[in-house]
Amino acid sequence: MSSTSTASSEILGVTDVDKALKRIAHEIVERNSDLSDVVIVGMQTGGTWIASRLHNNIAQISPAVSVPLGAVDISMYRDDFSLRPLVLSAPTDIPVDLTGRTVVLVDDVLFTGRTVRAALEALNDHGRPRAVQLAVMVDRGHRELPIRPDYVGKNIPTHFSDEVSVGPDGVTVVTASGESQ
Amino acid sequence: MSAKGKSIVIRGATVVNPDAMFVADVRIADGVIEAIGDALTGDIVLEASGCYVSSGFVDLHTHLREPGKEEAETIESGSRAAVLGGFTAVVAMPNTDPAQDNVATVQFVRDRGRAVGLCEVIPSGCITVGRLGAQLVPFEQLAKEGVTLFTDDGTGVQDALVMQRALMVAQRLNLTLSQHCEVASMTVGAVMHDGACCSTMGVPGWPSAAEEEMVRRDIELVRMTGAREHFMHLSTKGSVELVRAAKAEGLPVTAEVTPHHISLTDELLSGFDPIFKVNPPLRTMADISALREGLTDGTIDAIATDHAPHAGHTKEQTLDTAPPGMLGLETALGVVNTAVTLSPQKIAAVMSWNPAVIASISDHQGRPIAVGEPAHIAVWDTTTVWSVSRDELASRSTNTPYHGMELRGRVRHTIYNGQLVVQEGKALA
Amino acid sequence: MKHLLSTRDLGTEDIVSILAMADHMAEINSRAVPKVPALRGRTVASVFFEDSTRTRLSFETAATRLSAEVMTFTASSSSVNKGESLRDTIETLSAMGVDAFVVRHKSSGAPQQITQWTDAAVINAGDGWHQHPTQALLDAYTITRNFNELNSMQGRTVAIVGDIKHSRVARSGIDVFTRLGAKVVLVAPTAFLPSSLDGWGVTTADSLDEVIGVVDVVYMLRIQRERIDAAQMPSLREYSSLFALTPERAARMQSHALLLHPGPINRGVEMIVDPSLVPGSRILQQVTNGISIRMAVLFSLLGGDATTTLQNGVEA
Repeated sequence: MSSTSTASSEILGVTDVDKALKRIAHEIVERNSDLSDVVIVGMQTGGTWIASRLHNNIAQISPAVSVPLGAVDISMYRDDFSLRPLVLSAPTDIPVDLTGRTVVLVDDVLFTGRTVRAALEALNDHGRPRAVQLAVMVDRGHRELPIRPDYVGKNIPTHFSDEVSVGPDGVTVVTASGESQ
Repeated sequence: MSAKGKSIVIRGATVVNPDAMFVADVRIADGVIEAIGDALTGDIVLEASGCYVSSGFVDLHTHLREPGKEEAETIESGSRAAVLGGFTAVVAMPNTDPAQDNVATVQFVRDRGRAVGLCEVIPSGCITVGRLGAQLVPFEQLAKEGVTLFTDDGTGVQDALVMQRALMVAQRLNLTLSQHCEVASMTVGAVMHDGACCSTMGVPGWPSAAEEEMVRRDIELVRMTGAREHFMHLSTKGSVELVRAAKAEGLPVTAEVTPHHISLTDELLSGFDPIFKVNPPLRTMADISALREGLTDGTIDAIATDHAPHAGHTKEQTLDTAPPGMLGLETALGVVNTAVTLSPQKIAAVMSWNPAVIASISDHQGRPIAVGEPAHIAVWDTTTVWSVSRDELASRSTNTPYHGMELRGRVRHTIYNGQLVVQEGKALA
Repeated sequence: MKHLLSTRDLGTEDIVSILAMADHMAEINSRAVPKVPALRGRTVASVFFEDSTRTRLSFETAATRLSAEVMTFTASSSSVNKGESLRDTIETLSAMGVDAFVVRHKSSGAPQQITQWTDAAVINAGDGWHQHPTQALLDAYTITRNFNELNSMQGRTVAIVGDIKHSRVARSGIDVFTRLGAKVVLVAPTAFLPSSLDGWGVTTADSLDEVIGVVDVVYMLRIQRERIDAAQMPSLREYSSLFALTPERAARMQSHALLLHPGPINRGVEMIVDPSLVPGSRILQQVTNGISIRMAVLFSLLGGDATTTLQNGVEA
């Protein structure tokens, strides 16, 4: 890869992220009439902080219901095309049997969809969910599989070679070509 | 092969003789050295300035494998490898099949060597029938066939009484016994030197003591019987010290060392490659240093290759099941010259003059370069750097531990019986 | 990293990575259906030239739990003695399409030689007296997880008791434990110690009584009766009186000390006490951990992004 100049732009700031997470939490509550059936599962490692924030927000909106929170690690389920690096200290931890439940799977960025496919397979090894909904902070396009999100923080069109980073402080896109978004 | 009657002139080389070294042309004709001087002419001219010319090398310890293991080597391929290494005489080890413990086999080897005619092949005899260590061979009969060196090589004679009796016979008949020093009970299943490397690798070890015990015993037997004894392939510091002390005492003992024992250590086996498996085994730097010192100070009289060909597939087994042994004829000079700094006269002494005496052939091999002497000659240098390739060796086998390594010093031409058999490093037949 | 032939192929970082990955595998093994698709489509051939049902089953279970296909080749010594060379056997099996060989052989160095004759990954499941890398890893895993210090054995003392000289388990274990910071003391008669301990970084003791009350781990090796004879030791009783784990010695172990054994146990030889009566015994746990560790090793060598995790023995 020849050296190219990079340009970084902040697409969402810290307040935008907060607002998006509050909105998504409301959407989840609205969509799932029986909240007691819901389990929130964050994808290791990028989606776990988001899952945790959604879990808190939902608790504030509907304090009467206790919604379980878990995490899923997909390193044993990847296909060879997966772009996610292997991180060892992030195991799967699902505190309840998922059979009959509605899982809200949470991740930071939805891209090719392969990670979500792997997560679906992983979830099936912990019971048979009645339904799985997908919540992501950023949908950056370039799907390679028929996967679509139920809840999105922001849609951001990107080039395939761009890098998108998502954190509590904001969302940044780094382009390799020097064009700013 | 040059036709009979063609004269050969070696031009501009440095003649290496025990009493002098000088640059001169040397002409060979009719099987002898005909003239030494300047601006000599002849039918074949070999430009050799920068090279040394000496009597051809004599190997006290070569396994030609024929009869019995012709897939590994034959008397012919072995002879070719020998002359490429500058050797005009080799003592053929008797652990053939059938063994050289009887007249018929000894005659076969000697006659085959003559028929091939590339170098002198001197069959050695076993000490005991079948090398089983019990019954002595018919020494007198074998001596009549020209056998002067006897050994059970491959194993040592385990029983002290048997060895003592053999030495007494040898003393009476003026023969030389050579010993492969190894106390077998200490080396059962042994694969390599019993040291730090062996302990880490988890394989049975071959302790230095197993060699030194027999060296010590045989020195005692020599003292008792007054017979001559030659110690083969010394490999330990302790052995060198024992022989040095015995010589200081005036006992009639001689010793040889192989090129691999002065150049390779046991650490090479850490990859479990059987190419480096040999008997006695490669040992430590401390042993190598002592052996090199023994060579320089005269404790060790000769370089002997212990050329031990093994068919390719046999070395593709696990370390414990693979047979021990390495090729040595074609790389001997290069290894010795690379491992130790020796003067040209010392090189000629340990590779030609001394072994010729020990093999009792010094009346026609290992002779000075002088008019009238038989023309068994090697022309060699100590400067050519070359890379060893196992596929380019003349031996039928490829088990050289030096494959891919660079050596300094090479044989250029070899003349046997007045015939040019190696020219510019290539065998002519 | 392509092969696992010896614990020396692994850097300390690699060892810690494998132990961490085994935690992942342990979680998988705790599920109702302990299976993940990580090695789907890969073929693992277990090639056991020396009998060992338990190690072979452990590896095959590990492979199956990762969804790999398993091929089993057990050569009784006579079938190989029919003349088929080791090379021919491996090349023939390779031609059937193998991604990894798990090899046990009675000759030290055999797995290393095998790497010349195949493109597949080679995992040493025990070669002669030389190495048994996965055993050492599962032992380190058992010890670190029991003491709750995941990445190191710093400050821990381990007594390894028995025939060290002929033990691939000892050679591998000593290497891993010392590199993780443990102090290792070898308890054995001289005949059962290697001729040189240069560079091993261990101490020795002449009897089990000397150390039983002060060590954190008691690691008993199995003793073969034939070796006691071959070592010119007077009798089994002589050996046991100094080196066997008796009920009386077990009682003197520190309360937190662990008892480990690579199995199978020779009751009445090195183990006089019934291990189930020793509170510190983790022998069965070793077996369970063996599966997690072997899954971690297989995944490290064959899993999709494996090369990013292990540094080929180079210290990071």
